[in-house]
Amino acid sequence: MNQEILVELTYLVSAILFVVGLKRLQSPATARRGNAIAAVAMMLAILATVVDNEILSWTEIFVGVAIGGIAGGVSARMVKMTAMPEMVGLFNGFGGGASALVAIAEYLNSGANVGTGTYGVSIMLGTFIGGVTFSGSMIAFLKLREWMTGNPITYPFQKTLNALMFIAVIVLAVLAMGVGTAGQPLTMFWIMLALSLVLGVTLTIPIGGADMPVVISLLNSYSGLAASAAGFVIMNMVLIIAGALVGASGLILTMIMCKGMNRSLTNVMFGAFGGTAHVDKSQIGKRPVKRADAETVAMELGYAHSVIIVPGYGLAVAQAQHELRKAGDLLEARGVDVKYAVHPVAGRMPGHMNVLLAEADVPYDRLFDLDEINDDFENTDAVLIVGANDVCNPAARDPNSVIAGMPILNVDKARRTIVMKRSLSPGFAGIDNDLFYNDNNLMFFGDAKQSMSDLVKAIRELA
Amino acid sequence: MGELMIGLYVFTLATLAGREVITKVPPTLHTPLMSGANAISGISIVGALVVAGRAEGTLQIVLGVAAIAMGTINVIGGFMVTDRMLAMFKKR
Repeated sequence: MNQEILVELTYLVSAILFVVGLKRLQSPATARRGNAIAAVAMMLAILATVVDNEILSWTEIFVGVAIGGIAGGVSARMVKMTAMPEMVGLFNGFGGGASALVAIAEYLNSGANVGTGTYGVSIMLGTFIGGVTFSGSMIAFLKLREWMTGNPITYPFQKTLNALMFIAVIVLAVLAMGVGTAGQPLTMFWIMLALSLVLGVTLTIPIGGADMPVVISLLNSYSGLAASAAGFVIMNMVLIIAGALVGASGLILTMIMCKGMNRSLTNVMFGAFGGTAHVDKSQIGKRPVKRADAETVAMELGYAHSVIIVPGYGLAVAQAQHELRKAGDLLEARGVDVKYAVHPVAGRMPGHMNVLLAEADVPYDRLFDLDEINDDFENTDAVLIVGANDVCNPAARDPNSVIAGMPILNVDKARRTIVMKRSLSPGFAGIDNDLFYNDNNLMFFGDAKQSMSDLVKAIRELA
Repeated sequence: MGELMIGLYVFTLATLAGREVITKVPPTLHTPLMSGANAISGISIVGALVVAGRAEGTLQIVLGVAAIAMGTINVIGGFMVTDRMLAMFKKR
């Protein structure tokens, strides 16, 4: 068998293993092996590439791999689970950046003479999508890391300017392919690259902190498309396939996140939501509520038959997930049926809360998503809501509310609800939560970690 | 059939296969899915290897090394962090 066929077959096996690896992610029991399979697929693809191409200069490759391997490995080991969204955002940006650099280097190698065929168009697409992914992901990283304001940054004619820049990118790309008499394709190319980077920034800054899960998913999709474009540049099928898989994955997660917030993608991208909603805030937190202390809450939960725990991002901010798991375990030891209800947008990226609970050793078969658990609330004795707000606001059922139609956890159908929270302040949506004032609701005020360890103590002291 | 058409067929079918496989991933695993997919998008390292391996001008060499470094961060970091997360998912 000659070498070319062997290389092509290796690429084919690699592509198959990528799909098989992703397929194994369909269950937590097989997921870890699935990830390992995808990593093997990557190794095969790299191996085939190295064999297939005459590598003239190994030094450059070793330098690049050493820098990237150390940086990637160290950050993967050190990163805290709460910081996972910004980590993924950062990695994602590098993936997009790598694709853009491949396209740029190819453009330069060709002496700025790429033509208007597949090759030329793919280079332009790779540069543009890769550039937007890179700078957009960096902004998302800065926002999630809170090194930059999480509030939407808006200015007059923002959408018009973005649209004009997009049109300019298309025109410049055509000129950079050598069409027309402009005569300066290389200059046009550099301007196009610069504008792509600017667009990544201006498309991401108007998006508020609460919408970051959507943006992260969308950028994830872009990084896949950028890789596919790079695949068309060098006509490499495994690049096209792997890129398409990631593109599909990112798009699906984007849609799930949008559905979780009942917003359209256009609305997230251009709505500048979060902090700007016009609602009457003067009455928020003015109505009387029933307060409870740790002992009362312990009694309510400890003598219940069934308890559902609803964790929100406030729990993770307070680092109270370990204490929460202790409370859950103690309740189970008393014979209480304990389940956890996780809303799709409970964390700061899709599935984030599940990872945080898994880190605290909550078994995954106790975690239920909205559709699985929403009918169970009416037969539940007590619901404990920790650091969550909008995701269980019954106002979503009122067609006049700003969150109308948002899928919520039906916690108010349970016999008793207990909300653990610092104050009555509103969540991202900026509106009051009627749940707090219900007759069967108890407010357990305080810092989630402190309250939770008080609760653990109180449950232990129950007879 | 030209190379472009073959490429487009492959791209379209891979997207559909991806959709079929990924819609069945449960919400519990959405974060590892995203970071794993992210690692897979580091496949552009293959392109980076090709480009860096044949680079001649100084600028091309710098771009090639940067592309490899970024791709490697994406691949190594992505797969490692996904593994770290998945190792935490335990049944009772």
